Amino acid sequence: MSMENNQSRTVYDDDIVKKFIYAALIWGAAAFAVGLLAATQLAYWQANFNLEWLTFSRIRPLHTNAAIFAFGGNAIFAGIYHSSQRLLKTRLYSDSLSSIHFWGWQLIILAALITLPLGFSQSKEYAELEWPIDIAITVIWVIFAINFFGTIAVRRVKHLYVALWFYIATILTVAVLHVVNSIEIPVSYLQSYPVYAGVQDALVQWWYGHNAVAFFLTTPFLGLMYYYIPKAANRPIYSYRLSIVHFWSLVFIYIWAGPHHLLNSALPDWAQTLGMVFSIMLWAPSWGGMINGLLTLRGAWHKVRTDPIIKFLAVAVTFYGMSTFEGPLLSIKSVNSLAHYTDWIIGHVHGGTLGWNGFLTFGMIYYLVPKLWNTKLYSQRLANNHFWIGFFGILIYYISMWASGITQGLMWQSIDANGQLAYPDFVETVIKIVPLYYARAIGGSLFLIGFILMLINMWKTISLAPKGQDEQQVDMSNITMDEVAGTGHRKLESLGAVFTVLVFIAILVGSIIEIVPTLAIHKYLPDANKVRPYTPLEQAGRDIYVKEGCYTCHSQMIRKLDFDVIRYGEASKLEESMYDRPFQWGSKRTGPDLARVGGKYPDMWHYRHMIDPREITPKSIMPAYPWLDNKKLDYQILRRKLSVMKRLGVPYDDETVANADIIAEKESLELFNALLEQDPSLENIKDTQIIALISYLQSLGKK
Amino acid sequence: MLIIILTISISLLLALVFVGAFIWSARSGQYNDLVTPAHRMLIDDKKEKISGKNPEEDKYVDGK
Repeated sequence: MSMENNQSRTVYDDDIVKKFIYAALIWGAAAFAVGLLAATQLAYWQANFNLEWLTFSRIRPLHTNAAIFAFGGNAIFAGIYHSSQRLLKTRLYSDSLSSIHFWGWQLIILAALITLPLGFSQSKEYAELEWPIDIAITVIWVIFAINFFGTIAVRRVKHLYVALWFYIATILTVAVLHVVNSIEIPVSYLQSYPVYAGVQDALVQWWYGHNAVAFFLTTPFLGLMYYYIPKAANRPIYSYRLSIVHFWSLVFIYIWAGPHHLLNSALPDWAQTLGMVFSIMLWAPSWGGMINGLLTLRGAWHKVRTDPIIKFLAVAVTFYGMSTFEGPLLSIKSVNSLAHYTDWIIGHVHGGTLGWNGFLTFGMIYYLVPKLWNTKLYSQRLANNHFWIGFFGILIYYISMWASGITQGLMWQSIDANGQLAYPDFVETVIKIVPLYYARAIGGSLFLIGFILMLINMWKTISLAPKGQDEQQVDMSNITMDEVAGTGHRKLESLGAVFTVLVFIAILVGSIIEIVPTLAIHKYLPDANKVRPYTPLEQAGRDIYVKEGCYTCHSQMIRKLDFDVIRYGEASKLEESMYDRPFQWGSKRTGPDLARVGGKYPDMWHYRHMIDPREITPKSIMPAYPWLDNKKLDYQILRRKLSVMKRLGVPYDDETVANADIIAEKESLELFNALLEQDPSLENIKDTQIIALISYLQSLGKK
Repeated sequence: MLIIILTISISLLLALVFVGAFIWSARSGQYNDLVTPAHRMLIDDKKEKISGKNPEEDKYVDGK
């Protein structure tokens, strides 16, 4: 049978794998560097160099997007394309699709790199990119899907190894999540409003957000683990049976865990409990994966001492175990009331990303590069140094964020014998943790330094590799021929499955587009009339709040917890955010909650505070926003904005929509005159963005 | 809370697709053999130089 050489020989496409590896390395450097910059700014706010493009609230989304989609994404694509060809014993379905996938993805990253620092943001976590980029992501993802499922269709092995199942779940689910969460109506080339508002937006966003963690940072990496750990250790997986059981349970349970991001919020209790219970159930399948990964190394433990690849992979799986232990723990409502909005969550996330995603990717790349370039790793020692420096970097990061989160969380909760807050001044709780921000920046630096060692090592390895051996062939005699799906019928059958999947996606997209507009009309609030929509100027100010990314540090959700209520006022109610597109409940309180900040301070206070926060709060770590008082507000576009809002069900009358610009100008003039009266030197701030922003902030909690 | 209905129905739909995939995989014999797949993936493909004209230069690199 092995003589059927012409028929059964296949040349794998490793060129595309190499490209994705280069991209992962380059974007990885960018993502980590921007992360370090953001971390430094929290310790030392001046590190934004007074440039609006480098301000924390703009680059923090850049960091998360770059780390997840640029570094993580390219690493996933490299690993999936490399391992799938070998597991399926066939070349990728289409070279052109591979190429479009690669370049399209890099262009999307480039677009993110330009638009986010410029302040074009939807301010929904991990979904900040504006609508044209959202469309591009959908198109490129579908191309990836066709290429991948096409490869499965033309495969020459009947059995689908477990890694492939993880890839399938990834591709399918990410497509659905992205499409559902990105339904938005454009108001300009780079701005849009989501069709969902308030709690609806919150729920969809965290359904997406948590599953981005599940299906972008977990399932594909588990697939990679199931391929690269056995390969690197040269040992079969500990239990193939366990891999199958934990795969199916993982994909069924993960999708329900999203509401744990909204615990103790205004979201109905039963939905919170649902999210909590499913999160706790996730313990089992997650640890199934971890145990399976680690025990694969049984009999090969000595390699952990010597082989840097195994070191990275083993520690990655260990961090996966830690993160997936911590995640369900944090989803318990009482634990969450302490941890939510604090740095504990930041630590948790980075244990997963730096430890699990980062180290698994590093191990995979150390394994792949010498193989793909037909050479040996340039330096084992450099790789070992990378491991140790990176490892201690993560530990310092993790521990400092635990300490910071728990410290601040306890200070927020602390109530004295008189029933008063022990630390009523928010900034007190910030000053306390600033030293830990320095520690975190040191941890991040170490991680980056380790990565730079890897870049040097890879550069040396590749440049010293023998030239002219770009592609490799596979000899089919290695596999049992009865497994080869050579007949036309089998191919047809497989293609059928591909089409089923594509049709499913098409139907889903179609029905969503039909269903969603009906959701835009709020029917769920009996006392809806109590809340008035934003005035045109307030809406304009809100768009600035969204554009600047204020949600990265400020929440707008007072939880149903005594210490939250004492500090910020009555717990937030659902109807208060019913016209909020996007919702801005937030997930982190580096600064205080703003849900009821309206009327708490005079307009002048807000003005001074935005221009120089230290003038009001000497120890504040908030960046200054001096450009807001010299950029003019675009009144014209308000008519279009309000008409879109009206179409989405906000009860504006036609007159308000038609005169939105005039009304806003009048509102702005009033506020401006009042400020001018107090300080005649402010004559230049007429019609500037800061006036709209103040108007919005003063409306919070006042409707 | 129509949005809950939407997300739940989409989640259920996804779950159904996974159920379908599971049934397909179980029926088509994907899990009949839980031993060899784990071992088979370890066997490396033979590697050959494409550009090299000298067949003696062909070599096994993977898996030693």
